[in-house]
Amino acid sequence: MILSRRSIILSGITVAAAGALPRFAYAAAGTPKRLVFVIQRGAADGLATVAPTGDPAFAAARRALADESAGGVKLDALFTLHPSLAQTASLYTGKQAHFAHAVATAYRDRSHFDGQNMLEGGGARPYGRDDGWVGRLLTLLPAAERDAIAIAPAVPLALRGSVQVGTYAPSRLPQADADLIARLTAMYANDPLLHPLWDSAVRTQELASDIGGNNGRNGADLGKLAASLMMPADGARVMMVETGGWDTHSGQRGRLAAQLRGLDQLIGALQTGLGPAWNETLVIVATEFGRTVEVNGTGGTDHGTASTAMLLGGRLAAGGKVSADWPGLATAARYEGRDLKPTRSLESVIAGAVAHHYALDPKRVMTTLYPDA
Amino acid sequence: MAVQYLAANRFGLGRRFDDPAVDDPKDWLTRQIGDYDPAPAAIAGLAGREAIAIAYAEYRDERQAMRRDATNAQMGDDGGDAAEAMRRMARAGFRRHYGEAASARLAAAVATPTPFAERLVHFWANHFAISADKQTVVGFAGNYENEAIRPHIMGKFSDLLVAAVHHPAMLLFLDQAQSFGPDSVFATRVRNRGKRQAPGLNENLAREIMELHTLGVRAGYTQADVTNFAKALTGLTVAGLGRGAGQRLMPANARPGETVFVDRLHQPGAQTILGKSYGQPGAKQAEEVLRDLAVHPATARHVATKLARHFTGDEPPAPLVGRLAQDFERTGGDLPSLYRTLIASPEPWAAEPAMFKSPWDWTVSMLRALKAPGLGERQNIAAMFAQLGQPVWRPGSPKGYDDMVATWAGSAALMQRVELASRIAGRIGDRADARVLAPLVLADALTPETAQAISRADSPGQGIAMLFASPAFLRR
Repeated sequence: MILSRRSIILSGITVAAAGALPRFAYAAAGTPKRLVFVIQRGAADGLATVAPTGDPAFAAARRALADESAGGVKLDALFTLHPSLAQTASLYTGKQAHFAHAVATAYRDRSHFDGQNMLEGGGARPYGRDDGWVGRLLTLLPAAERDAIAIAPAVPLALRGSVQVGTYAPSRLPQADADLIARLTAMYANDPLLHPLWDSAVRTQELASDIGGNNGRNGADLGKLAASLMMPADGARVMMVETGGWDTHSGQRGRLAAQLRGLDQLIGALQTGLGPAWNETLVIVATEFGRTVEVNGTGGTDHGTASTAMLLGGRLAAGGKVSADWPGLATAARYEGRDLKPTRSLESVIAGAVAHHYALDPKRVMTTLYPDA
Repeated sequence: MAVQYLAANRFGLGRRFDDPAVDDPKDWLTRQIGDYDPAPAAIAGLAGREAIAIAYAEYRDERQAMRRDATNAQMGDDGGDAAEAMRRMARAGFRRHYGEAASARLAAAVATPTPFAERLVHFWANHFAISADKQTVVGFAGNYENEAIRPHIMGKFSDLLVAAVHHPAMLLFLDQAQSFGPDSVFATRVRNRGKRQAPGLNENLAREIMELHTLGVRAGYTQADVTNFAKALTGLTVAGLGRGAGQRLMPANARPGETVFVDRLHQPGAQTILGKSYGQPGAKQAEEVLRDLAVHPATARHVATKLARHFTGDEPPAPLVGRLAQDFERTGGDLPSLYRTLIASPEPWAAEPAMFKSPWDWTVSMLRALKAPGLGERQNIAAMFAQLGQPVWRPGSPKGYDDMVATWAGSAALMQRVELASRIAGRIGDRADARVLAPLVLADALTPETAQAISRADSPGQGIAMLFASPAFLRR
């Protein structure tokens, strides 16, 4: 992957111009810590990613979708990892992966945009904050660990805050930024010709940015790119990676398998690309909310509530474990009779992992990242 | 009714940032007929026919030499690589003429003070479409528009037709340069030697002239009319491109890239076309046919329909088509008279802008609106239009690009426009204020919703992107 100084989009005055610097492995003592936040936009199905195969209600609720868990790695008596996540399974065996299940942000409705806004902003209500939890975290970090970059055309909400952040958009995928797209969507809303055209154009673009495409290689490329931006001596230390394509309302089985294969390769490429620095890296994978327990009429699942978050890295507090205060999948145990009930806040999972990773006071981390909680 | 916007975009190519306000749009359009300059500064200095023909011949010779070398060397040593490099260089030479002409075409369109006339140049070049798919045609494409189309758009349709048909680009594109009279002196001699198959007729140009340029498809002409017309056209060819025997047939004084009439290739005798016998000698024969086709009532109808569609939409109103056809017949195809009829007719002014700008129109109107250059100096213009789905002078068929909304309004195309608008807006940044620009370029087509959306943009650049992607600006 060749990066040029030109293709680094500067949103602030200081940014790691990764490609313009000599590329050598940073392996000296006192390796700075690195953090990668992988956002799964579109509500990833936690019940398929880390399937509660030991729950008596699982097979009946998931019907045909339940079968795919058969080829996955058993994580414990209750949970089975999706078979697409082979490299992640090895990390789990090596105590470098942790899954937090039945988690959700404070958001309880089912709009992607509101949900993502809460996940990134970390506020108590949608659009409650105009900065994000990663952006606020940067204020707690030493200067050497504060350089942050997002692989996105514009700075995502999660990274916004008082510290300047860079963005990098691969130039082979020129994309109009998400904000312009949203504004044009409103502009075309009442235009009988442009509205359907635009609708389809935006959906196609979202598909093109799926990490599941190209048999997972899109995910691998993204992971490799992320690692290359974090490797140089003064490269980025905090990274946000965007993934889309998780909104599996129909034909979930094949689509989600491809998505997770892409995610698995992304994680694998990150680990490989970071080399020894992986041991000082924490990767957080999270989505805005989960999906319904029951399969819908089109072989998919609809917007739900609780889902799964992944923590990956060399020095996890509880690697090789699934943590869950498991609510059960029986109808009576579900949230509003349809969704996996959230029994733990995603905010506390993220704050806890970050505090451990950077050896910071957990209370201070919690009040900084989630001041409204 | 968005009269100002229609005048500037349906008739013109979009308002320039420095255009003065137009009080009387119809008068402004009519004056352009007289003010039109067939040789604008932007196209001066482009390569002439001879240089273009020589560049092609060099490329062809390099290619041949390379093949010979490859055969001699039995593949794969250094000689092959060197030949490949030379071939690429020669190829770059003749492709450069295309790229330079495409850039000049854009510069002319962006700068022109007579955008209605310039639109008509584009319209007629597309009516008499050539397509730069063939290696022989590529270099000539720009020269075709500049030398066959531009000088004739304010004259008679018949002169425009004759000029288009006689240009090397058309003769090469529709295979006329290789069409020989079956009983011509040349074919007869080859046949008598009995060594190889005698060269013969190619009907391509004759058919497309009748079907696309003049009468229109299914206008009553027969296969015999096409064949006889093709025979009448034989003898017309291009000097300096052929090889071997063909080259020796050319007149001694012919310059490369020049259209020539070679009597020894011409089918002798009179030809009957549409019931009329044409007995003129030599090149005169085909020209007489062309001049009759040019004023045929079916041609009047065909041209009127296309012109009306270009200025009203997918389904041109019958009264407008009728009025233009009548005018065409009455004046014997006087083009300025057609334009005046078009301007004076109510139909092009009746509707809100409902036509979807082609990628070309949209890009030109965008660049005209900006004072600062919207594209980088090193921007490859030809490649940009290829990416937008409308490669310059390369519609892929002699039919040209069509004027239907559905041709240009696609979802991927729309996203590409938004991406280009974003890129241009990124270059412009705060050197233009979309809130000031919007009332100027959208004029009476600016809706309160669009004005508000632009004013709420999160940056000057985003405002410009939204202006260019606005529903009104995408239309004409």
